[in-house]
Amino acid sequence: MAQTTLGENTEDNKIKAVELAKAQREIGVAEFFAKNRHLLGFDNKRKALLTTIKEAVDNSLDACEEAEILPEIQVEIIEIADEKFRIIIEDNGPGIVKKQIPKIFAKLLYGSKFHQRRQSRGQQGIGISAAVMYAQLTTGKPAKILSKIAKDRPATYMELMLDTKTNNPLIKAEEEKDWPEKEHGTRIEMDIEGSYQKGDQSVDQYLKETAIVNPHTTIIYTNPKAEQIIFPRATEVKPRKAQEIKLHPYGVELGILLDMMHATETRTLQAFFTTEFSRVGPNTAKEICSNAAILPNMKPNEVSRETAEKIIAAIKKTKIIAPPTDCIVPIGEELLEKGLKKEVNAEFYAACSRPASVYRGNPFVIECAIAYGGDQPAEEPMTVLRFANKVPLLFQQGACAVTKSLIGTNWRSYGLSQSTGALPMAPITIVIHIASVWVPFTSESKEAIAHYPEIIKEVKLAVQECGRKLSSYIYKKKRIGEELKKRGYIEKYIPHIAEALKELVDNKDYQTENVETSLKEILERKRGEIEDIEADNQEFDESFANIGKKEKKPKKEGEEAEESTDEDTD
Amino acid sequence: MAGEKSGKDIIKQMQDIAVKIYNTILKKENPSVNIPLRSLNNVKYDEKEGYFELIGKEKERTLTASTAKTFAQTLRMMAMSKDLIKSDDIATKREAYYISKNWGDAKFLEQPESDNVMDDIEAMLMTNREQIGFVPEEKGGAVAGQLVVIDKDENGKELKIDCTKFGSGAYSVPVSVEHLRFETKAEFILAIETAGMFQRLVKHNYWKKANCILVSMGGVPTRACRRFIRRLADDKKLPVYVFTDGDPYGFFSIYRTLKVGSGNAAHINEYFCVPQAKFIGITPQDIIDYKLPTHPLKEVDKKKIKDVIKNDPFCIHSKEWQKALKQLADMGKRAEQQALAQHGLNFVISDYLPQKLKNQKTWLP
Repeated sequence: MAQTTLGENTEDNKIKAVELAKAQREIGVAEFFAKNRHLLGFDNKRKALLTTIKEAVDNSLDACEEAEILPEIQVEIIEIADEKFRIIIEDNGPGIVKKQIPKIFAKLLYGSKFHQRRQSRGQQGIGISAAVMYAQLTTGKPAKILSKIAKDRPATYMELMLDTKTNNPLIKAEEEKDWPEKEHGTRIEMDIEGSYQKGDQSVDQYLKETAIVNPHTTIIYTNPKAEQIIFPRATEVKPRKAQEIKLHPYGVELGILLDMMHATETRTLQAFFTTEFSRVGPNTAKEICSNAAILPNMKPNEVSRETAEKIIAAIKKTKIIAPPTDCIVPIGEELLEKGLKKEVNAEFYAACSRPASVYRGNPFVIECAIAYGGDQPAEEPMTVLRFANKVPLLFQQGACAVTKSLIGTNWRSYGLSQSTGALPMAPITIVIHIASVWVPFTSESKEAIAHYPEIIKEVKLAVQECGRKLSSYIYKKKRIGEELKKRGYIEKYIPHIAEALKELVDNKDYQTENVETSLKEILERKRGEIEDIEADNQEFDESFANIGKKEKKPKKEGEEAEESTDEDTD
Repeated sequence: MAGEKSGKDIIKQMQDIAVKIYNTILKKENPSVNIPLRSLNNVKYDEKEGYFELIGKEKERTLTASTAKTFAQTLRMMAMSKDLIKSDDIATKREAYYISKNWGDAKFLEQPESDNVMDDIEAMLMTNREQIGFVPEEKGGAVAGQLVVIDKDENGKELKIDCTKFGSGAYSVPVSVEHLRFETKAEFILAIETAGMFQRLVKHNYWKKANCILVSMGGVPTRACRRFIRRLADDKKLPVYVFTDGDPYGFFSIYRTLKVGSGNAAHINEYFCVPQAKFIGITPQDIIDYKLPTHPLKEVDKKKIKDVIKNDPFCIHSKEWQKALKQLADMGKRAEQQALAQHGLNFVISDYLPQKLKNQKTWLP
């Protein structure tokens, strides 16, 4: 009986497997992301508007930086219907050659940056094509691209869509156009479904923060209310161009190592290591081989998986100099502090740029700036502004390694109040910037930085350095406050001493005034000069600071519900 | 009073201090005053002298931000004292506190502050507060028995007060006793801790039976009370017997202060002590011998015993007292004067006091 049952079951399974096989097929990458748009930052209408603009602006800034051009970017948002917006972003970048335009704008996972080990805003080659895909999914309209690469060449105009099944661009229109007002540059126009609001996670806030950490950039922004805001560049000095570096051995994983060994043109392991990796000379290469107990003249493409494992272990055993760090382009203490001064009117500023450090073979630099006191509320948690490769991170603060570091810092030792597991309650705005050849985000939407212990530690060290300067200021402020109190105290009792002495000495020649002035002199000589600690921030720009702040206007009915879901994204 | 200074002397002394401060200030240097430390750390006990003597530790009050207020108050208080002496007036400690309310920011907030500054000035001038024009609020004690006090009325005319003629009441010791003279045929002075026990002895005319003078101290004797007993005892060569509760407070707050003085008033102990005083009860041994009902020692009592054995120069000097305190600590008990009523209300008159006075071996030094 039992056998019969078993036999029946087996037969049933066979049939089911055949059925199942009919439904099993490859999933297109575009299809996947179309379904999972939240992974790319298109969770809701408000965020979608921001993400679309962010992807385009990040690309423009990267392109200008690579071509060593001072960026001038125009951003325009036009409300074309209820919750439908036309987005136009135009830059003065190097332009894109005709052949590349469709792939860059209408193919996911296509781009130059993924394979390069260089500091840039974009990394994966998803962003802008995801925006194009989102536009077509929500309005059915193609993205319109205009790009010009030189003064004497005509511009290329294209209308693009993305085939979500095959992840291939669909060219809907193409022509040559005159674009006389531009020598070179790119313009993209998309119609998307979105929602425009001011506040912490708004387009306005994003552009403002971008201006803060990219002081060499001019942004001309027209919002849906047709208000034009200009963020003029604060410096003509272009940031140093980021250098590309090779992979450092400490960052290599087994799969990548095997791929590299099969693709390499080198003929020996020793040559493979010295050519394909940074910081590996012939001696280090030999040491790795001897630690792995293999010969340096072995052919890389003959290395087996087992041997590759040995090599990975050997790399860990070998002492290799940290990767070169000149590939990192930090913002710098001075510019970071200057940007913060524009944004926050505080009494005290401090900034710190850490020396480069390494996680998984990737060099990175942490920078921190702090603004204390002034107009900021004392009874609220500190304001955190996070940046990665000069891009503001507006979402997922709670999931970010930066937040973890800030919470793990003992702010009480700097004279601030902090509950365990929370940000300190203090009138502070803190800026944290991570610059790296590869920023480890927790998701493709690039909102939070992954919790690498090396990164958490470096953030902490940067914060502590600023914190130490801050605590000496807070201490000084307290001391001066007490000193002023004491001085008031002295001045209060001097007349009484003079009066009583007069009564006791009983001399006609008694010099009341002389006694009082002498007493003041005696007591003040002991106390020394008082330093002036008034807040005096000439660089604060109130109208600038108000950009992105929520407007106090009565809300329309029905808006309430959507806003609260928006808040949840953080 | 021996070594008493005239008002003029004291004004001169205060002016010298003020002029020194004045000149220091005009030289643009930090002025300061030196005040003898008023505590048991700054006294020693010498049996020959019979009282606590200063050993010369001083605190220096230099004018700084944190002392500016007290410094101003000390000088203003001295100025107040100068006025009092000049106009031959007095102010009670409480009145002095209220006068300071005219000083604006320099006024005292609580009386203990003004009392403390007053004591500092007193010590600084090595004088008695009455001499600088201040008098205490409290009464000096009550007296009954074989004594005539010779005082003066407001016209300076002699006034004889017979302390046998107060019936169930008593003569009240004035705040200043220096001008008093005495006539007596009594054989001793009995100083009593509580007003209740004093009442009992007065009511039953114990002073007549024992031919003595009774003084009610009402707790720790005031300076006037101490000085009164001292002058009377010196003048008439009378022995002084002290009768308190059998507890650390009776021994070392009341008896010790009467006999050798206090740390707080160390600069005037010489005049405000009664070295001839002897302790007749209630001793720890009495608690056993008379089978007195007791109460357990309170925490403060235990603490006081430890403190006294360790720090009180008089106790350190006296083996008998050390023994007695240890005995009390071991028993863990204390007994009040009134506990004698266990054996009958007048047991104290009929048995206890006569037996104690007869047998010197039951006393403590």
